Amino acid sequence: MNPLVTPNVGLLIWQVITFLIVLLLLTKFAWKPIMAALRERENNIDEALRMAEKAKLEMQALKSDNERLLAEARAERERILKEASEAATHIVETAKSKASEEGARMVEQARVSIENEKKAALTEVKNMAATLSIDIAQKLIKRELQDEQAQRALVQAYLQETHLS
Amino acid sequence: MKKILVFLFAILSFSAQAAESAEGADFNPGDMIMHHIGDDYTWHFADGLVLPLPVILYGENGLDVFMSSNFYDENHQLQPYKGYVMEHGHIYYANSEGEHKEGPLDLSITKNVASMLLSVLLLFLVFLSIAGAYKKNRGKAPRGLQSFFEPIIIFIRDEIAKTNIGPKYERYMPYLLTIFFFIWFNNLLGLMPGGANLTGNITVTLVLAVMTLLITVFSGNKSYWGHIFNTPGVPWWLKWGIPIMPLVEVIGIFTKPFSLMVRLFANITAGHIIILSLFSLIFIFQSVAIGPVSVAFATFMNFLELFVALLQAYIFTLLSAMYFGGAVEEHDHHDDMGHGDAPYAVDAHH
Repeated sequence: MNPLVTPNVGLLIWQVITFLIVLLLLTKFAWKPIMAALRERENNIDEALRMAEKAKLEMQALKSDNERLLAEARAERERILKEASEAATHIVETAKSKASEEGARMVEQARVSIENEKKAALTEVKNMAATLSIDIAQKLIKRELQDEQAQRALVQAYLQETHLS
Repeated sequence: MKKILVFLFAILSFSAQAAESAEGADFNPGDMIMHHIGDDYTWHFADGLVLPLPVILYGENGLDVFMSSNFYDENHQLQPYKGYVMEHGHIYYANSEGEHKEGPLDLSITKNVASMLLSVLLLFLVFLSIAGAYKKNRGKAPRGLQSFFEPIIIFIRDEIAKTNIGPKYERYMPYLLTIFFFIWFNNLLGLMPGGANLTGNITVTLVLAVMTLLITVFSGNKSYWGHIFNTPGVPWWLKWGIPIMPLVEVIGIFTKPFSLMVRLFANITAGHIIILSLFSLIFIFQSVAIGPVSVAFATFMNFLELFVALLQAYIFTLLSAMYFGGAVEEHDHHDDMGHGDAPYAVDAHH
């Protein structure tokens, strides 16, 4: 057989022994630690990526939370402002209506009292006028009836007027 | 590529004629190439720079350990030593004669063994330092050598092991990583000037393929064996009447690692042969003019071989992972004919 394709016993024995030793030692001192380190690093990277993703989500949640809070605060402010302005308007309105009511009442009161005063004044004027008229009449009558003749004439006039029947 | 091969073939056949016609030419490219891709008892870096390697023999005379340089005298001629002779790159007992010479159990540190030990040293240096780096910058980004090998390790884990084996991939990771880097490092070492053709040696690829075979067979689950001995979707008489299917499937168990063995061996050896042939052209033509052409082609081939070195390591690892995947795969549907790999299985089903 061609020496090129004839296995050689000595080399075979050396090869088997050497290869097994290499396999054993490299497995124990190289492949296992290397594979473990690679796996550990990959796990670390995976973990880090997952954490980053989680942090991102948390940040997003926080941001949306903040936004929600801000929106709520804004709405609250709007509401308060609106309520305040409403209250203000209400107060002004109430004050206005109260003032106008009061005004009207006072005007009415004034009118009534003026009326009363007027009535009282008129009564007094009337009374004064009556008294004056009576006084004037007394004085006139006193002067007219100073002579007998005049007295008789008058009585006659009254008597004619009266129509005794 | 085809054109280049045709061209090469033309040149080689022409040169063979030239070599034949040149009587007494002492350069024989075939011998030179076979010598380079084969194993040796010395490590021949360059002329005058030869590293003798230890010879370890165990046989009738007990254990014998000596340097291979003892087989050579002052004139670089072979001589017997301690009752052993070296002939055609093998060591035999000096007293045995005839066609089938007997030799002791040869456990010598040959060029291939030395090269393998060197690669193992490199593997340890590189990967233990990387493991240390992982301990040192725990949880941090890789740096230096670590960042060069990490993508490769992750590729083997994610693209080879996870995709082909499935959830049980973790068990096979050490083996897959070891064969990938063992084959790749040795392929590259083989491309170095003076490097040994270790991964192009049938013994080495045989051992690697047998390892894959053993792991596959021992991790085979019920469905794996069921597929082999009771292939679903096949008429009963092909299984129990005439047991063709089980026979084909059992042969398939062995053809898979056999293909692994031959593929790696052939690819790496072929690369070495092509590069050596290109350099041989210079000596065949005995002309300096052919030098630049040879060097250009050899440089191109060397780049190609650098790629092949990686590719063959990848293919060996990938196919091993596929066989493991087929062995541990759980079949939900019994009429599902898809195995992990299987040109054989598909052929067998039709």
